[in-house]
Amino acid sequence: MITTADVSPPIIEMSGVTKRYGSFSALNSVSLSVSKGERIVICGPSGSGKSTLIRCINRIEQHDDGRISVDGVELDGKLKNIDAIRREVGMVFQSFNLFPHLSIVENCMLAPVEARGIPKREARDRAMHFLAKVKIPEQADKYPGQLSGGQQQRVAIARALCMLPKIMLFDEPTSALDPEMVKEVLDTMVELAGDGMTMLCVTHEMGFAREVADRVVFMDRGAIVEEEEPESFFSAPRSDRAKDFLQQILH
Amino acid sequence: MNSIDFSIVVPALPYLWEGLKFSLILTLAAFAIGMVLGTALALVQHLEVPILAQFARGYIAIMRSIPLILVLFWFFFLVPIVIGYLNGTGRPVPIGATYTAFITFGLFEAAYYSEIIRVGLRSLPKGQYEAAEALSLPTWKIYWLVILPQVIRAVSPIILSQTIILFQDTSLVYVLSMTDLLGAASKLGQLNGRLVELYLTVAVVYFVICFAASQLVAVLKARTAIKTR
Repeated sequence: MITTADVSPPIIEMSGVTKRYGSFSALNSVSLSVSKGERIVICGPSGSGKSTLIRCINRIEQHDDGRISVDGVELDGKLKNIDAIRREVGMVFQSFNLFPHLSIVENCMLAPVEARGIPKREARDRAMHFLAKVKIPEQADKYPGQLSGGQQQRVAIARALCMLPKIMLFDEPTSALDPEMVKEVLDTMVELAGDGMTMLCVTHEMGFAREVADRVVFMDRGAIVEEEEPESFFSAPRSDRAKDFLQQILH
Repeated sequence: MNSIDFSIVVPALPYLWEGLKFSLILTLAAFAIGMVLGTALALVQHLEVPILAQFARGYIAIMRSIPLILVLFWFFFLVPIVIGYLNGTGRPVPIGATYTAFITFGLFEAAYYSEIIRVGLRSLPKGQYEAAEALSLPTWKIYWLVILPQVIRAVSPIILSQTIILFQDTSLVYVLSMTDLLGAASKLGQLNGRLVELYLTVAVVYFVICFAASQLVAVLKARTAIKTR
């Protein structure tokens, strides 16, 4: 897996990325290169900058310094480029962020129709296809408020997939869920990984990391401290900070 | 003459109805103008559009600090002079009481509606904006399709409360000698000397309409409360 990842050209290239909030550096000259089809799990203590890192990739946060390019497009503040990148990058949030005034299927159709100009019928077919993929086609006409957290998060995944993205970003997708609903969301993500999707996941689900990650990125204080294959990261973390972190979450 | 006699109300009804119709039309027109302009004023502030955002803040501050009756006078007496000055003739161009009322109430209510909508925009979770951005929706569609439908729904009880106040305030066109519901009662009363009966009658009409509308506000509040998860 690592060898194929090494030959294909990087689909995300970040170098020297810095993000400051006032005097606080959320990201401190971070460099990361992701190959097509690679699955990366980003972990680290809270406030380590892991969410900020992936939120910079599609300009939900604006980086202050350094370079980010996605699928050959430079993220330089030109609206055209931001738009081009957002079309290729799907995102799933901790708090689902479904649109509560739209039904489930309308949530999934909105962007394909309104941002890409796809005919409504085609968008509906596509929405139903991905809702079936996340195993809740029967909820299509309900509203987000009527669904459980796990179901809402799976809809959010389907909604992102409806844009046929090349890359999926997950920002702590299971952190806001009740424990019994974590598995259904992780299962959906594992299946997605099996389809060859390029994925960056900020998560503390170490079982998921072991199962699907090609690489675990450990961050602390706005910097990448370690990048390892999951096996070596979990069995033999090199830095003390990673050791401390693993001890805490694996108790 | 001093005894109360409500029998004179019956023949007065057609004229009062004409007055009520005008009050309702003025309310609707001011609501429509106020909502469109108010939404625009709220959006330019929310998006921090240069110059327009400052203009909106100034406009709202002024409108909210001046009594409505003064704005009415201002439009009625000053604007014709300004137009006359601008078109070079130097002679006032009257714009008429009806237009004065429509424009004044629309502009005035816009300031109040925009404050309500602005608060609604701020109270929507940030994640809604972020999710819509991540889906590569263009900014205007984010607001039109995702943000405003939720905001309008959330603030609709407050908007309706404000509109009830607006309906009562339309009686201020009295100062322009216009025939709204109160104006109709007043004109008739001065003719037949039955001011007390007529004022009591229109008070009941105002009460019934406003009370019914405020019951509707309560229903709306209950419904929007369920909507939020």
